[in-house]
Amino acid sequence: MTDATLVKPHRRLRLPKSLKDPLFVLAVLVFTAVIFMAIFADVIAPTDPQDMVNMPFLWPFQDSFSPLGTDQLGRDLYSGIVHGSRSTLAVGFSAAIFGLIIGTAVGATGGYFGGWIDTLLMRLTEIFQTMPTMLLIIVLLAIGDPSIPLIAVAIGLAAWPMIARLARAEFKALREADFVMAAKSLGYPTSRIILREILPNALPTLVVGASVLVANGILLESAVSFLNLGDPNVVSWGSLIGNGRTQIRSEWYLSALPGLATVLTVLSLNIIGDRLTDILNPRSKVR
Amino acid sequence: MAKKVPVLELLNLRVGFPGAEIVKGINLEIHEGEKVALVGESGCGKSLTAFSILRLLPNGAAINGGQVIYDGLDLATLPAWQLRRIRGKGIALILQEPMTSLNPVLPIGLQIAENIRAHETMSRKAVNERVIELLDLVGIANPRERARMYPHNFSGGMRQRVMIAMAIACNPRLLIADEPTTALDVTIQAQVMDLLEDLCSKLNMAMLLITHDLGAVAQWADRVAVMYAGRIAEMAPIRPFFTGPRHPYSQGLLNSSVEDDWHYTDTRLTEIKGTVASSAGEKGCAFAPRCPFAAAECRGAPPPLEEVRKGWLAACYRREAIQALQEGAAHVPA
Amino acid sequence: MRAIGKVILRTLLQAIPTMLGIVLISFILLHLMPGDAVDAIAGMSGSASQETMHAMREAYGLNDNIVVQFWNYITGVFSLNFGQSINYSAPVLDVIMERLPATLILMLSAFVLALMTGILVGWGMAVFAGKWPDRLLTSGSLLFYSAPNFWVGLMIIVVFSAKLRWFPSGGAESIGASLEGWAWFLDRLHHLVLPSVALAAFFMAIYARLTRAAMLEVLRQDYIRTAAAKGIHPVVIQFRHGLRNALIPVTTVAGLHLGNLLGGAVVVETVFNWPGLGRLTMSALAARDNQVLLGILLLSSVAVIVTNVVIDWLITLLDPRIRA
Ligand SMILES: Nc1ncnc2c1ncn2[C@@H]1O[C@H](COP(=O)(O)OP(=O)(O)OP(=O)(O)O)[C@@H](O)[C@H]1O
Ligand SMILES: [Mg+2]
Repeated sequence: MTDATLVKPHRRLRLPKSLKDPLFVLAVLVFTAVIFMAIFADVIAPTDPQDMVNMPFLWPFQDSFSPLGTDQLGRDLYSGIVHGSRSTLAVGFSAAIFGLIIGTAVGATGGYFGGWIDTLLMRLTEIFQTMPTMLLIIVLLAIGDPSIPLIAVAIGLAAWPMIARLARAEFKALREADFVMAAKSLGYPTSRIILREILPNALPTLVVGASVLVANGILLESAVSFLNLGDPNVVSWGSLIGNGRTQIRSEWYLSALPGLATVLTVLSLNIIGDRLTDILNPRSKVR
Repeated sequence: MAKKVPVLELLNLRVGFPGAEIVKGINLEIHEGEKVALVGESGCGKSLTAFSILRLLPNGAAINGGQVIYDGLDLATLPAWQLRRIRGKGIALILQEPMTSLNPVLPIGLQIAENIRAHETMSRKAVNERVIELLDLVGIANPRERARMYPHNFSGGMRQRVMIAMAIACNPRLLIADEPTTALDVTIQAQVMDLLEDLCSKLNMAMLLITHDLGAVAQWADRVAVMYAGRIAEMAPIRPFFTGPRHPYSQGLLNSSVEDDWHYTDTRLTEIKGTVASSAGEKGCAFAPRCPFAAAECRGAPPPLEEVRKGWLAACYRREAIQALQEGAAHVPA
Repeated sequence: MRAIGKVILRTLLQAIPTMLGIVLISFILLHLMPGDAVDAIAGMSGSASQETMHAMREAYGLNDNIVVQFWNYITGVFSLNFGQSINYSAPVLDVIMERLPATLILMLSAFVLALMTGILVGWGMAVFAGKWPDRLLTSGSLLFYSAPNFWVGLMIIVVFSAKLRWFPSGGAESIGASLEGWAWFLDRLHHLVLPSVALAAFFMAIYARLTRAAMLEVLRQDYIRTAAAKGIHPVVIQFRHGLRNALIPVTTVAGLHLGNLLGGAVVVETVFNWPGLGRLTMSALAARDNQVLLGILLLSSVAVIVTNVVIDWLITLLDPRIRA
């Protein structure tokens, strides 16, 4: 074995090229804006989205006080969208982190150790993948009262198999890599090998997976709150869409606008994830 | 000796990727029934030359200049529909890797029949009979059952036989074989080469064989063309080439393999000092940096191919000096 | 044919541990949910004393050892006894089976629609890889990939039902029309279009992207060059040699999405008032009809497993290598 093969293949980042891609830049800008919106919601939209502040059924741009219009109870839609980003993002991110932890733990263990542990864990993954995602979430929500943490846990529990598959494939491949073999032959403890040698190299793949997971989390959260299964005291994009449903034939903007916000956010995440795949993963040459 | 009618003529053919010319102007003619071997180091552009003949270049590669004359037509500029009538009918191609060059999801009989149906109007039954006849011809037992099987049912050598059956299905005038035996076991290599030779004479087929196997070249070819960094370094009939090659690169090639048994060895021609890459970007003779005889004149412009004797060409400024040197030392390379 | 039978049998055998796992999970969930069957019955009948409830728990085996309870649960599930619905006062199985077909029809038509259009679009993207039609379709598919299915549903209701009046906005058939034969079928189909499209959009985007990647991968293969060297027409190469091979990974991945698809159907159903499991799920959740909820989870998982067997069979048809 030569020295060259012992060097850890830390992938070189090719950021500059992708940074020039206008779509990528736009996606990053949009996503940053959404995060800002969530953090500074109270400043950007001082009216409470639950308060009746204006005449009902104002169309967008009709009244400068409610630039995006009002719903059947005269609640401000602009304020709703700004404040709604909070719970949507909070659930999306915490569900993704939760799913990432479970998925990585399951996938990494299976991929690294192989054998019956792997078989068992893959079975578990398959079980969770077979159960219809949305149904599993709904059943999990039946356990307690609706709250943001419960929704996040339910979504994370339903969405981790995708990450587990990714992590497993990555760990399985890296387990055989020369630098891991070298670490093994030096007698490093298994925990060190997994955490210090393999995980950093699997990270790019997992980061891309995580961006998909956040996107999924946002979509699932919006579905949950659309179905009125969320916390009734918290505004979210899904609940706004759901609220507009009854007037969909006439005041369709009530559903269209919060949906558009969801689409833009998820779209920018997906574009970022797509480009990250190119940047972080030299093996994917397609596209 | 074969008749002197050219089947295929490459005229100053240039092929490259954007920003990198790989084949830098090749002249080569292949006559009716003639067997020409094309040898050279890995990466010097042999496959690219072969693929450009039928315009089957990989993505990004393109013919940048020159002509490919077949049957009075320039294949480099021929409309696609006309070129299609020559592909597989006038000129056939065999690829290096039998494991990947057959479609894994179609029965091999169908894949051979495809070739026939693309060029001839025959009844389904006649096509099937012809497929079975072809499989039999390339030495596949039980052709009737085997025709219905899929590539994964066959070993590498058997798949290459299927590829050959496919290639000869329409009695092509020229067969291009890009390292047809490299991926096979040594014993199988000999069988496949024997089969190709046999078919060539049976069908009076000309053949362009790309290979690394000088043993096969010596035993089998009529003429050899040595390629170096995208150019022809030397082109010679087989006997003079093996007794006294004129280009220092050819001499290096032969010296690096002469100790081995000539019969079907797989010398990868890498034992000459340096690599092709080390000569990239240089002006003048591409081989000069590795050449023991290099002089100042070698670094000016690329040397032209000059006639050593009739039908024997070499591209070296120091050809005569080297010959004098070597005859003076009473040492003629074996 | 025998080989294909073997593949199906193998898939079914492999599904048994998966099924057991799902039953175990739903048993755990049942215990995590607040209240038990006796609470539910007591709630229905108004009031019940502590003693009668204790006696009922005894009778239902709810005071047994947890392992015994699990055994009873498993044997119950495998003999198709999912318990009693408190909301409908009927066996859970009957309640679910009444609505499952509608959901399956929606799911399958969306699946077929997504697969067909996705493959077609993805193929187009691969053919024009790097050129403007590819960019356009890639952006378009990314858009569908980012939109919540219920929102897509609402928006197409606005356009195709409210404004253009081409399709009905909900339900599975025209109410009170009492149609028969062909007319009945067309009426059902007419109602199926919008929900299928809403559910399919997201998956169509996935399959298009997959097909594009698979196609580009396949077109780089040696056997494509072999086919071209035979003088075969490019269109034939695209279909017989290209698409035919690209379909294998696409179909394989599509099989993995069936669970998501069925889950999505539940949401889309509520948008279109589709008389399937979706609305049943929502009412069961509202009424804390736990047995029904878990029955839906179990039976829809079975539906996913069975559909997967069909997909496996399809893949066997596509790929002779796994027939061996
Ligand atoms: N995309 C590309 N851009 C630029 N150069 C390329 C590209 N792909 C391949 N090449 C170069 O083109 C040459 C390929 O030549 P070719 O395949 O004809 O070699 P060869 O003589 O057949 O070698 P071998 O004996 O290994 O088959 C190589 O030198 C390679 O570096
Ligand atoms: Mg080659």
